[in-house]
Amino acid sequence: MVTATPTADAPTGAAPTTRRRPGGRSVLRLLILVAIVAVVLYPLIWMIGTSMKSQEEIVNNVGLLPERFTPGNYTAGWSNFDVSFGRFFLNSAMVSLLTVVGNGLSCLLAAYAFARLRFRLRGMWFAVMIGTLLLPQHVLIVPQYILFRTLGLVGGEWPYLPLLIPQFLATEAFFVFLMVQFMRGVPRELDEAARIDGAGPFGIFRHIILPLSRPALVTTAIFSFIWTWNDFFRQLVFLSQLEDYTVPVALTLFIDSTSQSAVGPMFAMSVLSLLPVFLFFVAFQRMLVEGINTSGIKG
Amino acid sequence: MALTTAPDPTRRGPGSVRAHAERRRPGRFRHSEGLAGYVFLSPWLIGLMGVTAVPMLLSLYLSFTNYDILTPFSEVEWVGLANYERMFTADPSYWHAVRVTLTFALIAVPLKLAAALGVALLLNRAWRGVGLFRGLFYLPSLLGGSVALAIVWVNMFNRDGAFNSLLSLFGIQGKPWVNDPDWALETLMVLAIWQFGAPMVIFLAGLKQVPTELYEAASVDGAGRFRQFRNVTLPMLSPVIFFNLVLETINGFQGFTAAFVLSNGTGGPVDSTLMYTLNLYITGFTDLNMGYASAMAWVFLLAIAVITAIFFSTGRFWVHYSDGEDR
Repeated sequence: MVTATPTADAPTGAAPTTRRRPGGRSVLRLLILVAIVAVVLYPLIWMIGTSMKSQEEIVNNVGLLPERFTPGNYTAGWSNFDVSFGRFFLNSAMVSLLTVVGNGLSCLLAAYAFARLRFRLRGMWFAVMIGTLLLPQHVLIVPQYILFRTLGLVGGEWPYLPLLIPQFLATEAFFVFLMVQFMRGVPRELDEAARIDGAGPFGIFRHIILPLSRPALVTTAIFSFIWTWNDFFRQLVFLSQLEDYTVPVALTLFIDSTSQSAVGPMFAMSVLSLLPVFLFFVAFQRMLVEGINTSGIKG
Repeated sequence: MALTTAPDPTRRGPGSVRAHAERRRPGRFRHSEGLAGYVFLSPWLIGLMGVTAVPMLLSLYLSFTNYDILTPFSEVEWVGLANYERMFTADPSYWHAVRVTLTFALIAVPLKLAAALGVALLLNRAWRGVGLFRGLFYLPSLLGGSVALAIVWVNMFNRDGAFNSLLSLFGIQGKPWVNDPDWALETLMVLAIWQFGAPMVIFLAGLKQVPTELYEAASVDGAGRFRQFRNVTLPMLSPVIFFNLVLETINGFQGFTAAFVLSNGTGGPVDSTLMYTLNLYITGFTDLNMGYASAMAWVFLLAIAVITAIFFSTGRFWVHYSDGEDR
């Protein structure tokens, strides 16, 4: 399985076939690739194009891009509902950022225990953790909903607790696993040296593992953010008040209003909703692709 | 107190105090490490108990009841196997959802993996700009299950969507694909296949691991490109193919967002996009049949476990590990 550490360099040296003189074959290859890129990008460009078309153009102009760029859909979409879309973005940002913090902290602690400490039943707990990797969230959603509702946390004082509590309790086993794999690559001699200097498990964690785990933490942070930002299922289940909605849940409001005039604003808000993920993508492209390369992360 | 720390006369050997101390130290350290282990593990343990294990047991219990969220727990009625019986014998929409989900997974997953492998093979050369292509192909996977993308997709396959205007360029009369029960699920499949970037990146990583000597040897033996692919690439890549297959199948079964958006949460048109998880959501949260939904969830969990087990048991016959260890 592809489970090396997130920063490990792929053995590029193992592929000398890779350097060749350009020839007819490469031109053909390039043409095929460009054709596939066109297919892959078409829906995204069409989305952006449509978001800038006027209502009239959406109906009449079947072209990819608008003849006249009109920003009207963006302002209209922003204030299409009783609550401004800015509020939804703030809600999403808060949930996503707190999830990043929660996952980073709690998964790091658990991973350190699994990767470095010896304690009774460690093997069993580790197996249980791996087992939870395969557990679909749909299986847990009904009882979790009942549990959080019984505790008065659904639609309560602060409606995001059901979304956030699991993230602060290291339930995202994938990140625990990723960090364990990473920490196994940190040389044990460092622990030994710190131990000789009188450091206990906490000291070793604080002074050796924590600073060295930065790459694994960054990978976790990026994917936590993107997954939470894109997540729909849990947010749909747990958020019930309009003003608490996150962006994905708010977007579905457009579908409810079936009127044709909402298409432009709906596309505009769709574009905006993808923007944070897209910016992450541009900023961390290399890291993302390598992170997946080496850990098998799902997008 | 001095009494207890006095050297035990029964202890063997001369330097017994020292030997004692040395024997004790690692033991004592291990003890404190054991404590620290549980301290560090405690958030995860609390999460496991509170958010995973207890809810699972609760859901197992509820699957034998007719619980709706409105009745207090004390008045919940135990119905035995009635939910399971209804699911298997008296609920045609359940079996319909199973069929829809299986159809989706059986068609979309292989096509997605084929696309991923094909493009990975095209990209498995280092030249300037290859990273850009890689990134662009990965982009749809990254935007993944987002509602925005599903919205775009539904509109693209509308009556006057982009797909039909593309067809009209070739003089083909399109149709409202997303409103046609025969085609709605297919548009969701196309969406899934379009997001081939994630398995592609994993394939690329796998291709990098294939030793070049094997190709050279095959080439010396007179194997053409196709035979090299069949006899070198495929076997060497089989662990990665296996990994992607398991992952994508499990993901395929869980498809929710796009089906929800396409049908506005109903599974329509005419239940054609009623994926298993969407059916579960409707049962539990729209119709408030939480007991019945819990039974569905448990069958879902067992089904995924069985399918994974089948993959792993058949994998022995076609997955080759280069270190010779058949895991």
